[in-house]
Amino acid sequence: MIKIKKESDNSFILNIGPSHPAMHGTIRIVVETEGEKVINSDVEIGYLHRGFEKTAEHKSYPKIIPYTDRLNYTSPLINNHGFALAVETLLGIEVPERAKIIRVAMDEIARITDHLIDVAAMINETGAITVLLYMMEAREYFWDVIDSTTGARVTTSYIRIGGVKADVPENFRELTEKAIKETRRILREVDGLISKNSIFLKRTKGIGVLSKEDALSYGFTGPLLRATGIFYDVRKFSPYAVYPKVEFEVPLGENGDVYDRYKVRMQEMEQSMKIIEQCLDLLDETAPERVSNRDVDAAEALSKSKFDKGVKTERIKLSPNLEGMERESYDGIYSKNRRFVPPPKQTVYNSIEGIIHQFLYVMDGYGIRPPKGEVYAAVEGGNGELGFYLVSDGSDIPYKLHVRAPSFHLMSSLSEMIKGHYIADIIPIFGSINMIGGETDR
Amino acid sequence: MGVESGNFITTKFDSILGWARKYSMFVYPFVTACCGMEYIAAACSHFDIDRFGAGLTRFSPRQSDVLMIVGTISQKIAPVLRKIYDQMAEPKWVVAFGTCAVSGGIYDNYSTVQGADKIVPVDVYIPGCPPRPETVFEGIMKLQEKIQNQPQDWRWKK
Amino acid sequence: MEEIIDKIKSAFKETILFFEEREMPVFIIKKEDVLSFVSFLKESSFSILLDITAVDYLKWPEQKEKRFEIVYHFFSLEYNLRIRVKFSIDEKEKSPSLTSFYKNANWLEREVYDMYGIKFDGHPDLRRILMYDEFKGHPLRKDYPLKKRQPRLEGLKDD
Repeated sequence: MIKIKKESDNSFILNIGPSHPAMHGTIRIVVETEGEKVINSDVEIGYLHRGFEKTAEHKSYPKIIPYTDRLNYTSPLINNHGFALAVETLLGIEVPERAKIIRVAMDEIARITDHLIDVAAMINETGAITVLLYMMEAREYFWDVIDSTTGARVTTSYIRIGGVKADVPENFRELTEKAIKETRRILREVDGLISKNSIFLKRTKGIGVLSKEDALSYGFTGPLLRATGIFYDVRKFSPYAVYPKVEFEVPLGENGDVYDRYKVRMQEMEQSMKIIEQCLDLLDETAPERVSNRDVDAAEALSKSKFDKGVKTERIKLSPNLEGMERESYDGIYSKNRRFVPPPKQTVYNSIEGIIHQFLYVMDGYGIRPPKGEVYAAVEGGNGELGFYLVSDGSDIPYKLHVRAPSFHLMSSLSEMIKGHYIADIIPIFGSINMIGGETDR
Repeated sequence: MGVESGNFITTKFDSILGWARKYSMFVYPFVTACCGMEYIAAACSHFDIDRFGAGLTRFSPRQSDVLMIVGTISQKIAPVLRKIYDQMAEPKWVVAFGTCAVSGGIYDNYSTVQGADKIVPVDVYIPGCPPRPETVFEGIMKLQEKIQNQPQDWRWKK
Repeated sequence: MEEIIDKIKSAFKETILFFEEREMPVFIIKKEDVLSFVSFLKESSFSILLDITAVDYLKWPEQKEKRFEIVYHFFSLEYNLRIRVKFSIDEKEKSPSLTSFYKNANWLEREVYDMYGIKFDGHPDLRRILMYDEFKGHPLRKDYPLKKRQPRLEGLKDD
């Protein structure tokens, strides 16, 4: 419930949201204004509270992964990674090198799509709709990569406990390089359109400034903290997966205003693309020996068998989504500890042991049973430190799962950030936070 | 005779009205959750929802014809949705976009409404979590069919 | 990194009931000394309050003395160190509020209150944050059923 205490007699109370184009559907802000200036405000969240944490207490570990997709739905892969990391730390299992490289590559792709939508939405709300159209084109290229790798565009459920769902497709390099090339072109264009645009500068420079001390006190992490000039990035401070092996810089801002946040995000996208390029090389080094040149299409195999009288077995291509769950790449993408990972699909379809293994993995009451204890694992999400705090009582469902959602902390500072600014400034300030309902409200 | 010709004119006029209405849908996107990402994808230049005459988004319920419920409806936002529907002027249609709006989807707990049709009448359901843009367009074409074939309401109709 | 943990340990010999080195150092402390402990942490470079949450131990396999446990996570940029601080609290007790040390504690404590019903002593504005006011009970408590709905709209029956 909104509670606002009038501070002045000459003031006017104005309600914005929850169904307001710039409030992303799930926020309500009530501001007290004197003239055009905001003197006091109250923010209400919770319109997208979907009971993630309660639901997680009723699902076995692998079944929670689809729910984590829908936390920060602009970068679902990073959420998958965070949750998988928490469970793996609790179980004490090691993920193979190739899976780690794939994870990092997919994380960075997700980070780019996250920043693209955020920057595009923010600029769109300040009046430049062209940029939205351009940037969504770039996102579409990356979504093509995500689509062909994971089988889904948004809700991927790709990074699993103990590994990843499948190996990358054969044309991964091609697709990714194309996406990177096109995105670089689009980002250059957007940079030319926006970065020195006087209207944009006037609407963002010196707007929504928060001092370093306040930013720390509000628990800021991610691009917003770095925009104030404080160097903190989970990827550098407590590296996970293959981040120690790749080279990248962490862009920093100076003033901590909306413009700096925009700049930091734009530069971060470039750094992410650099990481992806290094990951592509690393992936080539660890590529499994593919037997795919022997693979033929099912239809082709059938027609061949008609004319070829000799006894010859042909491997038939599996559907693209199952690619990588074939035996030869299985060791590369799933943990050696077979108790905690699903068996390869060929084993499930062809042997009784495989089916038993599969059942033990998915059945309620069996499944993955981590030891009693608690764990906190964090990854660098699109908005900052995304942490999963997990308490296990030794059964196959978590006793408690709590998400440290970065945008929840950012939102708690909104009232202070908009104080003293004009009503029109609320929109870019709010846009620069990149509030994602699924993450804030859970 | 006169009555019959009157019917003839009415049906023809209905069909013209339906044709006009189906190609100029002003959409109110009630975007709450993940499906919004796919809504943006469908609306932007790559897939281009404008090909179906549904490209103009209006964020005022008074100006819009189609209420597109994009995303999970929680118990907290349910009254808001109801109010927006009530504020829309006739003729109006409702599209439930995504599994959460269709049936609650994977969220079956204390805070979610099990489908938007518990709150407002829904004309077209677009399943998918989230639906791909192609599915969205299929849904929009279904809605166009419905608009074309339904009896139209107009001022001097009797 | 070792030095700061030793410093905390030596300064709060009486307060720390239990110390453990998991994926990060974990302190279980007495409820009475939370504020002095946290103010010490804040002064010794733990500038970020990462998280506040609670755990309801009602259905834990072994009976616990007190029902809830409040869990804090702190982070120090200087030492690059995360620590976890926990203390037990009973249903009727009030927890001390950290709002005077960290600004984000305001919303975090509101969330804990909303979800678990734990009241915070000294919080300036304790009210629900995620759920609506008509909602009765606290959803993340173990005795709240998963599917118990409390609709705001008439006609939205519990199904």
